[in-house]
Amino acid sequence: MEILDVNQIRKDFPALENQIYLDNAATTQKPLSVMEGVLDYNKTIHSNPHRGAYKSSVLATESYEKVRGLVQSFIGADEVEEIIFTRGTTEGINLVARSFGETFIHPGDEIVITIAEHHSNLLPWQWVAKTRGAQLKYLYVDQNGRLDLENVKETITNKTKLVCVTHISNVLGNIYPVKEIGNLAHQKGALLLVDGAQSIAHLPVDVKSLGVDFFLFSGHKIYGPTGIGVLYAKREILEKMPAFLFGGSMIEYVTQEEASFAPIPNKFEAGTQNIEGVIGLGQALSYVQNIGIEKISQYEQELTTYALKLLKDIEEVKVIGSLEGKDRSSVISFMVEGVHPHDVATIMDSEGICIRSGHHCAQPLMSYLGVHSTGRVSFAFYNTMREVEFFVEKLKTVRKWLGYGS
Amino acid sequence: MDLSSIYSEIVLEHNRNLDNKRSMEAPDVLEKGHNPSCGDNITLQLKFIGNIIEDAAYVGEGCALSQASTSLMIDLIKGKTIKEAFESISLFMGMIKSEIQSEEELEPLGDAMYLQSISKMPARVKCAVLAWHTLKEALLRNK
Repeated sequence: MEILDVNQIRKDFPALENQIYLDNAATTQKPLSVMEGVLDYNKTIHSNPHRGAYKSSVLATESYEKVRGLVQSFIGADEVEEIIFTRGTTEGINLVARSFGETFIHPGDEIVITIAEHHSNLLPWQWVAKTRGAQLKYLYVDQNGRLDLENVKETITNKTKLVCVTHISNVLGNIYPVKEIGNLAHQKGALLLVDGAQSIAHLPVDVKSLGVDFFLFSGHKIYGPTGIGVLYAKREILEKMPAFLFGGSMIEYVTQEEASFAPIPNKFEAGTQNIEGVIGLGQALSYVQNIGIEKISQYEQELTTYALKLLKDIEEVKVIGSLEGKDRSSVISFMVEGVHPHDVATIMDSEGICIRSGHHCAQPLMSYLGVHSTGRVSFAFYNTMREVEFFVEKLKTVRKWLGYGS
Repeated sequence: MDLSSIYSEIVLEHNRNLDNKRSMEAPDVLEKGHNPSCGDNITLQLKFIGNIIEDAAYVGEGCALSQASTSLMIDLIKGKTIKEAFESISLFMGMIKSEIQSEEELEPLGDAMYLQSISKMPARVKCAVLAWHTLKEALLRNK
């Protein structure tokens, strides 16, 4: 008996009908319930929440706020006000960098990040470090993509204000020990920010037990719409942070000279929000909850272990990072000897298989690993063992297209 | 998608052609070209005698299409005048944008004509044009 009834699940995802979609680390496909939820909202209650004194506006407000509660329970936050809607992970990290970074990071302070960060959890900190006179320090990974906690302990010092770590590497697939890193950070009085873009759809996330101070994710990586995301932070931190964007909906009183601002979360949600994005995100989280994130995680681990086993047997294919399923998510980067990853992707595309190639917005990691570009597959719970086999079967043919014997 | 028209014999041959992929001693112009979205990069080196491109070579990293396109371009422009090289660039860009399609018109491109099928692959157009953009920048700089 399979953990999941994948054939049944696939009926909910029309986009899977005509392609083998193995680029879930980039974005995920949406179930019908997400699209229908957005359509229903637009057909019936679309209006500006928190404003109009009429029925649909009240209903829109209720629907919008209901999703905030759903996010709170999905990631185990203490309070619903600790959930801020953003455009996505990138905007969330920039919000923290501009608001927290520019207020609480001072000359001589340190910001610690890993070499495995996506540019979105690197460039904002490069900027903060440069403009605030702080030092950006790196945690390096070993050839299996793992972090050494002893090294983490040595790198975080009393000067460290913030440690920013991705929960799962979008290149190597490693799951990083954010709880342990958080403990080390807190011992030195630093805060922990976790980029959850790659983990939210693939691992159970509980911000309380992980002990994170900031957690960010994007809706479109968990089967929801693009343009919507979440910033979680502890109340006491959010209350100390100045507003990031100024405008409508985020105020208390405004005079000609000055303004006072709304309490959280509204303080950080200036302007009319992406309401249908929020509705879609709510539908997506409910969909995942109904299936169960533990089951999803377990099934994806099986897919990944199977794929790694098949890839290991191909002499000309080299997996970048760990070959074991342990502490690993469903992202696999690889190289085919003599064939550039873009050519691999084109050849896969001709077979209807969607894979990613390139630097995966992680150029410092690529340089560190000594590669310019890799091919990457990333599975979701709607992928099948047969799809994994088909991909591997076709991967074996790419060298032939480039004029090699086999 | 017809893979055999993309990964043609000519493309495979030029992808592995190391005659044009080398470092030149004391080039007159050294121009870097880069596709930020994919990470492909080349450094084009040119040597002139008067207004004639006496020698050309490149070093860099990229997919078979970007490498082959660079090598084909180098074969084409060596010994040509700067004016002729500009004409080749316009012709090649016209071909990749599907604005120029007749074989007769494309004749002056020589073997680079075999990259025509890339005009039907929007995802790979940037690979094919990298070298030609870089050449254009190099020639403009040298003016």
